[in-house]
Amino acid sequence: MSMQRIDAYATPTKSNRSERQRAWTRIILALLLLAGIVVWALLINADNLKVNLEGRNTAPSLAHLFGTDWLGRDMFARTLKGLTLSLAVGMLAALSSTGIALFFSLLSSWNKWLDDMVTWVTDLFLSIPHIVTLILLSVAVGGGFKGVVVGLALTHWPRFTRLLRAEVLQVKEAEYVGVSRQLGRSRLWIARHHFLPHLFPHLLVGFLLLLPHAILHEAAITFLGFGFSTDTPAIGVILSESMSYLSTGLWWLAFFPGLALVIMVSIFELLGRSIRRLAETSSG
Amino acid sequence: MHYKQVMLFITGKAVKLATLLIAVSILSFFLISYSPIDPVQLYIGADMTRVSPEQRENIAEYWGLHESKPQQFINWGKAVLHGDFGTSLLYRSPVADVIAERFLASLALMVVAWLLSGVVGFLLGIIAGMRQGTWADHVIKGFCFTLASTPAFWLALLFLMTFSVWLGWFPVGLGTPAGVLAEDVTWVERLRHLVLPALTLSIAGVANVALHTREKLIEVLASEYIRFAKAKGEHGFVLVWRHGLRNISIPAVSLHFASFGELFGGAVLAEQVFSYPGLGQAIVQAGLGGDVPLLLGIVLFSAVFVFVGNVMADLLYQLIDPRMRRSGVQ
Repeated sequence: MSMQRIDAYATPTKSNRSERQRAWTRIILALLLLAGIVVWALLINADNLKVNLEGRNTAPSLAHLFGTDWLGRDMFARTLKGLTLSLAVGMLAALSSTGIALFFSLLSSWNKWLDDMVTWVTDLFLSIPHIVTLILLSVAVGGGFKGVVVGLALTHWPRFTRLLRAEVLQVKEAEYVGVSRQLGRSRLWIARHHFLPHLFPHLLVGFLLLLPHAILHEAAITFLGFGFSTDTPAIGVILSESMSYLSTGLWWLAFFPGLALVIMVSIFELLGRSIRRLAETSSG
Repeated sequence: MHYKQVMLFITGKAVKLATLLIAVSILSFFLISYSPIDPVQLYIGADMTRVSPEQRENIAEYWGLHESKPQQFINWGKAVLHGDFGTSLLYRSPVADVIAERFLASLALMVVAWLLSGVVGFLLGIIAGMRQGTWADHVIKGFCFTLASTPAFWLALLFLMTFSVWLGWFPVGLGTPAGVLAEDVTWVERLRHLVLPALTLSIAGVANVALHTREKLIEVLASEYIRFAKAKGEHGFVLVWRHGLRNISIPAVSLHFASFGELFGGAVLAEQVFSYPGLGQAIVQAGLGGDVPLLLGIVLFSAVFVFVGNVMADLLYQLIDPRMRRSGVQ
């Protein structure tokens, strides 16, 4: 067995220059691709989303890369719009879940009782399948767009909270925190000057790794019929509508939008993993 | 394991399950009770024009809707403790019966998928771990990462298009053929309807096990005792079989048990695509149709399901690992 035991999971002991360079290349590439998707979607002309009964149910061609649907709407335009919608909702969900996770992890550093409470609530949320929690929250809020966003925003924090909590508890034992405490610094001061700077890289990586999950869950819950109305070009809605046309052979209605979603999620996955590797090699 | 320890373990888990279920029911009951859904409206449904406001009042009175929320919860909780989960509005039959019937269908699906994804994932993980850095490893790793980014329901749609619509090998949907009485459905028919949903669900579960096994195997292969075994001339599958398998199989099986939540979630999506009449389809209908008793029942049931998986995972560690045995039961 040679020394080449470095992979995505093991933390490399030495900072490896070519490893870091490759990670940077991937990050830049991923960011460019994502920016491309967003810019392209913003440039889309609203005419393409309109109903055009003369050109309905056409197979993919150069004029309509992803074909058209039963109302003659261009599927490529709808897919791109759907991707940006998923991205926006995913961002919001990941951001608020990161906030909740940060709040809970700082809370658990306060005292034993609060720590136990945080652990208990985290376990409670992890004890129900994620999809079930999403359905429950969506119903509680009264469904619709609000139901989806609230559901996604309030359900992605538990695993992340566990991670951050472990980090906070570790830093809490560090000598410099003890010194600050003896100097009479307040808890808030310690949280701001010691915990936050330490947590920052974790927050960034955690946020990026939450994004693909949030996007996939958004697609799943809208596919099930919760949330967006049928005229919204969300990927989940597009795919769920396509089900009525599969048996008549309109395969492109489901194939391309789904593939586009997989590609976007993969790019985020790659981005998150590359940045995590970068963070690990720089601290090692 | 010691008799006393077993008792401790069981009581500990029972207490934990009880507190969990109480917490889940309080949380979900209050979430639902503040939702803008009007239960009377839903119950009346299409008969809306024929029901007078007084009759509505009577129904609300009969259901105790005028009582305070905590009182309503206590009433509901009492009934649940007696095994009465209420009546499903959509199916017009007791919630417990609906769950029991639906769960049997889902169970068939989940058991097949769980076993299949476990075996395939474990094998893929071993191959990737043994051949680390080679093309086989890269292909398996790439496959797993792509799977992790793929929505299970899209995969299901692809299977449906390819195998049912295009090739015509499998039926397009429903757990049983249409127009046939439930008792007359043959086992072959049932199996034919099970194949595609089970396949979707098992593929979705492969990535987790495979990546975990790979990582563990690489860790084990770098250990001292493997080096020693190698020095003795052992290599290849024999080496992994003799020295690696025991170390990596238990965590893998444990992890697989702990993934019951994802399994349930995957089943919800797969059942929706193939219109398979399981628990997942029922919860979607309950959620969309505002069938609160059924929704609450399935939420509680799913919590028990996940809990059982976690207990199995714990138990495996306790039974197999002598260090855990000595250190006592958690």
